[in-house]
Amino acid sequence: MKRPDERIPKSDTELGKNDFMSDQMVKWCPGCGNHAILSSVAQVFPKTGYRKENFVVVSGIGCSSRFPYYVDTYGFHGIHGRAAAIASGMKIADPSLSIWVNTGDGDSMAIGGNHFIHAIRRNVDMTVILFNNKIYGLTKGQFSPTTPMGSITKTSPYGTLETPFNPADLVIGAQGTFFARIADNLPKYMTEILEEAALHRGTAIVEVLQNCIIFADKTHAQVTSKEVRDEHQLQLEAGQPLLFGKDKSKGIRLNGLHLEVVEPGKDGVTIDDILVHNPSDPDPTLQMMIAKMTPPLFPMAMGIIRSVEAPTFDRLMEEQIEQQKAVSSVRCVDDVLNSGDIIEI
Amino acid sequence: MKDVIICDEAVIKFAGDSGDGMQLTGTLFSEAAARSGNDLATFPDYPAEIRAPQNTVAGVSGFQVHIGKNKIHTSGDRYDVLVAMNPASLKANLENAKRGATIIVNEDAFDRNALEKSGYTSHPLNDGSLEAYRILKAPISALTREALADTDADIKTKDKSRNMFVLGILLQLFDKELDATRQYLDDKFGKKPLVAHYNRLALEAGYSYAHHAEWITSTIHVNPAQLAAGKYRNVTGNMVTAWGFMAAAERSGRPLFLGSYPITPATDILVELSKYRALGVKTFQAEDEIAGVCSAIGAAFTGSLAITTTSGPGFSLKSEALGLAVITELPLVVVNVQRSGPSTGMPTKSEQSDLYQALFGRNGECPCIVIAASSPADCFYSAYEAAKLALEHMTPVILLSDGYIGNGSQLFKIQKVKDLPPINPPIAQAGDTEYQPYRRDPETLVRQWALPGTPGLLHRIGGLEKTDGKGSVSTDALNHEKMVRFRKEKVERVANHIAQQSVEGDPDGDLLLVSWGGTYGTVHAAAEEMRKKGIPTGHAHFRHIMPLPANTAEIFGKYKKRVVCELNNGQFVNYLRMTHPQFAYEQMNKVQGQPFLVEEIVQKLTDNLNEQK
Repeated sequence: MKRPDERIPKSDTELGKNDFMSDQMVKWCPGCGNHAILSSVAQVFPKTGYRKENFVVVSGIGCSSRFPYYVDTYGFHGIHGRAAAIASGMKIADPSLSIWVNTGDGDSMAIGGNHFIHAIRRNVDMTVILFNNKIYGLTKGQFSPTTPMGSITKTSPYGTLETPFNPADLVIGAQGTFFARIADNLPKYMTEILEEAALHRGTAIVEVLQNCIIFADKTHAQVTSKEVRDEHQLQLEAGQPLLFGKDKSKGIRLNGLHLEVVEPGKDGVTIDDILVHNPSDPDPTLQMMIAKMTPPLFPMAMGIIRSVEAPTFDRLMEEQIEQQKAVSSVRCVDDVLNSGDIIEI
Repeated sequence: MKDVIICDEAVIKFAGDSGDGMQLTGTLFSEAAARSGNDLATFPDYPAEIRAPQNTVAGVSGFQVHIGKNKIHTSGDRYDVLVAMNPASLKANLENAKRGATIIVNEDAFDRNALEKSGYTSHPLNDGSLEAYRILKAPISALTREALADTDADIKTKDKSRNMFVLGILLQLFDKELDATRQYLDDKFGKKPLVAHYNRLALEAGYSYAHHAEWITSTIHVNPAQLAAGKYRNVTGNMVTAWGFMAAAERSGRPLFLGSYPITPATDILVELSKYRALGVKTFQAEDEIAGVCSAIGAAFTGSLAITTTSGPGFSLKSEALGLAVITELPLVVVNVQRSGPSTGMPTKSEQSDLYQALFGRNGECPCIVIAASSPADCFYSAYEAAKLALEHMTPVILLSDGYIGNGSQLFKIQKVKDLPPINPPIAQAGDTEYQPYRRDPETLVRQWALPGTPGLLHRIGGLEKTDGKGSVSTDALNHEKMVRFRKEKVERVANHIAQQSVEGDPDGDLLLVSWGGTYGTVHAAAEEMRKKGIPTGHAHFRHIMPLPANTAEIFGKYKKRVVCELNNGQFVNYLRMTHPQFAYEQMNKVQGQPFLVEEIVQKLTDNLNEQK
């Protein structure tokens, strides 16, 4: 549900994409998926209605983390893995800011894994764009926590030996309140989803299947390429059945404890058998099953997988402060110094 | 009537099993002494385990109190009175009792099993080994059970009240009144009136028992101290570290944010600050040490007085982020309540061995302001100054405290916040069309703080090197060198804004004792002793370490000999050898997880002077 944060001042003038583009030369590789994300974010910023000077873009280390330099807002380029912790401090300290985190798969799920899950658990109000290219790009091609098992990379010349993370597992496992997935080659859809994320109250995680043209080109091709897109992507819509395929002829049905692909109208399957997407269901069981679908057996679920209402840490902190101000006799530091067991000489 | 012995000062050690409640007993005794006008200092000494194996020496928890009619600088070398709740506490503490000291033992606890576990091969109360002391044997367990006989308390609850019985004995022995302690118990256990009742019964029984016991032939009266008029409170260093930051936040008009992760012995600062939501204090108990400092850096970027608190191992984890705060030139205070290292070391034991880490422990050319608190009460002023320097000079400040002063207590003269020095952070103003992130004040080299939300000051900073002024990403060779020099000189120029180094005692002469941090009290007392022996001695105690006060060399030049005393292998002395190589230094070091004793410093200095004669 789109609900602007009333604590963030609104812009007096109508802003547009160009108001947010910085004068810095963008130094990502030609053809990198990041360019599309930058363009999309610059379109979403004005849609929120917030004042320009109340945006803060925060990042860690990696290709994605150069992002703050390329948007004309307040920006903070942190250290590897720590953007979520830095951003948490910002929003808690000053709730009148709209906080955006740009992070990669290595930044958020390897070196910064701890901060990532705990920011999500606390539900600090911020939007996190997770650039998932399944590789360490800035260090030139080592495997990351999302690189598929067996992949040949510079540090795995004979194939990786480890099971990758599915970001959705971490987000939902950490009791995340918002998780969406989009691909870098569907910019309009990306903008739509990012706007929803921006206006979500709490930690909104948007995983972007982003292509690293140099070190892991086509790593998402099985999902994102034009040829297979219709069959291998299922664009979720709240309240709508899980249908996909060129003419939406296929759907997802729950069979026992498993999902299966079926075709309504065939073998006695009707449209009523198809699961209806409910991203706001507090119980994440079905959302988790949907998030785990992968080609070739299933289409990959795209769009908003989970979006539920829950208290955010920053608001609870403010409420607690107000409650304590109302009941406490302590009004200033002198009151503290003069409390307790005072001895007068 | 008992005789009354009048003393100028007394050192009392409460020792028992780690579940015996000795910390509370010691604290309550201190409060009673403070109320009667004594100056005091305390020092808790406890094992890292919450409940170490019963009756073992390793499980002994102690609380030391030094009370007096004169200014008390340390928690005392040796005990006049030792309370030993079991054989292990006697064994662990006897060594530091004065000859002739009064030792109060719970004789009920001296059974065969406890004696064996504590490693005694013969019964110390019967074998004549304690002849040099005045031993007061009391069946404390039995008497406490008796005092609670008419209540419904079970045996376990009755036994838990033993510490209050002991407190009663001590209050009687030291001629202190009971009322305030009774009141305290009622307040503390307000929600458990039965527990309050049991404790009061035990306290009163102990008090009355000691009054009537014939073996207590005399009481000890320590006259009130001649403290300057004013209001005082008995405070621990960690507690007033928190208050110092709160005062700085109020005085600077900046909101207070603490990002922290629990770690012994620094946790109590987080605990204390967490109480003051009513003052708008935001405490964030992070998922780890790194998130503690990083959240603080985030808060600093948005305009808060940002603090992170930790101890040695956590300080190591924060190193990378500290570099980020240095290069982004944001105000941040990192408190390191030092403990014995390396690694986990001895978490509950104090040391001064993180000075090198504070000065040098980061990648790159990465100078930080380093200051050190000298006593529990001074933690207030040190925290306040650390915040002031960070906010006004836009750079991280490392505040070194330690377990000894952090957990130790002292009387603190209550200040008015408005009487503290003003704090004026260089906040950039909206619409400043000339604003640049790295534009500097020509005198201090300090950049301005442009807070998000302010129109016209949009900028981006971060861990990458930036161009002078404009602040865009730069790998230009000469620009980098320039920025490195700016950051260094900015910190060095802080020397123009801090107090000159002072000397206590003789302003010139044979001997200058040099110290820093939590050893102030002991070294101060040792210098006094040396002067009593007729040796002209000065004492220079450093609060400002990076940068050093501008007159440091001038002071060092006035003495024939400089002895640097510190609880490490010689970190400050080597730093002085580096920064002031024109002087020769001698060093006195102790790395045992325990504070210096005044007598050991005096002894070593005397031996050393004799050798050189």
